[in-house]
Amino acid sequence: MTEVILSTRAVEKSFGRTQALRGVSLELARGEVLAVTGPSGGGKSTLLHCLSGILRPEAGEVRYGGQRVDDLAEAPRTRLRRREFGIVLQFGQLVPELTVEQNVALPLLLEGHDRSAARTAARAWLDRLDVGKLAEALPGELSGGEAQRAALARALVTGPQVVFADEPTGALDTVGGEALLDVLLSTTRERGASVVLVTHDNRVAAHADREVVLVDGAFTAAGVRS
Amino acid sequence: MLPGNIGYSLSVYIVCIVIFMSVGHALLGILARGPAHGYDLKREHDLRFPGAKPLAYGQVYATLARLERDGHVEIAETAQGGGPERTVYALTPEGRRTLDDWLEQVEPAGPYPADELVRKTITALHLGTDAVGFLAHQRAQHMARMRELVRAQTVVAELGAQIALDHTIAHLDADLRWLETAAARVAPKGKVHT
Repeated sequence: MTEVILSTRAVEKSFGRTQALRGVSLELARGEVLAVTGPSGGGKSTLLHCLSGILRPEAGEVRYGGQRVDDLAEAPRTRLRRREFGIVLQFGQLVPELTVEQNVALPLLLEGHDRSAARTAARAWLDRLDVGKLAEALPGELSGGEAQRAALARALVTGPQVVFADEPTGALDTVGGEALLDVLLSTTRERGASVVLVTHDNRVAAHADREVVLVDGAFTAAGVRS
Repeated sequence: MLPGNIGYSLSVYIVCIVIFMSVGHALLGILARGPAHGYDLKREHDLRFPGAKPLAYGQVYATLARLERDGHVEIAETAQGGGPERTVYALTPEGRRTLDDWLEQVEPAGPYPADELVRKTITALHLGTDAVGFLAHQRAQHMARMRELVRAQTVVAELGAQIALDHTIAHLDADLRWLETAAARVAPKGKVHT
């Protein structure tokens, strides 16, 4: 039987009077690539934030490895996020004052790794993602595709079990987006990690093992596992 | 015959001519590299356009017969080996001119007529049947095809084939976007009142 690594049950989340998630239940298998699609404002990013522990749902529960995590306090939730999850957002969100290498090494330094080991690991991931030559550059000097590769290196450097990607190709052209997606999926699949891929692009969603469609905070259809 | 039927027959006739002409030009393009027989032409055509329906042999030979009749190709050789007779075709100077003219011509933007998806959805709306369900099932069907194509894209290495796949994927994506927009518009209304 396939191992469920992350799940939600009847999750609800509101922002003021807007109900962003209405009783969402979901299971993510280890190694599975899940696409979350649907129109803007449908709740895709909110679901990703609840799954990754950035937001706490008001009702329902989120479990990681069978353990409930939505009721964890802020500090252990942050630790869980740092150790087990990798997050890639649409515009990279690299720290502008740090070099590319320092950005990638940051999650390891925050986890208490020594500077030299963190730097070596960061450099290895940057090389792996073909942006090693940009290690000393500042994020402002990178193209969109380069910044996303650096952000991907930062997400993967801790060896996460689940990678969350919110419109990771949204700021890239078709060819650049495909190249990034190829790197994201090949590196995570090779490590057996799971991916939650939020996208409004059907071409991106078609790379996933399964698709769920969120409209007005609820699933309308679960895609067939390919 | 009713006027509507005449219109339909005419449009089908035009579509047939357009498809016939396009295949003919594609075959001329392959023959521009050197003489070839029908089997090679079919194989090369299908390799160049992986998103398209594979050519039927009957279509290849009918097109070659027409191209020969119009002086665009000529029979270079009739090989008689152990197997069936094989006719090798070559491009004529007239065929080369036709090919060059075709390559230089800008194509008009597509007419995008109401196709089967649109007709079915609108008919369902007028009848009050399950248009939302149809759109959802159709989207699943289109996504399944999209999965096949993006998988093909990861294994196709030849530049021309990649570009042909990009074209098919872009049109499929346009259909998918239309299906999603239609579903969003239809959902609150359910049906059109006539």
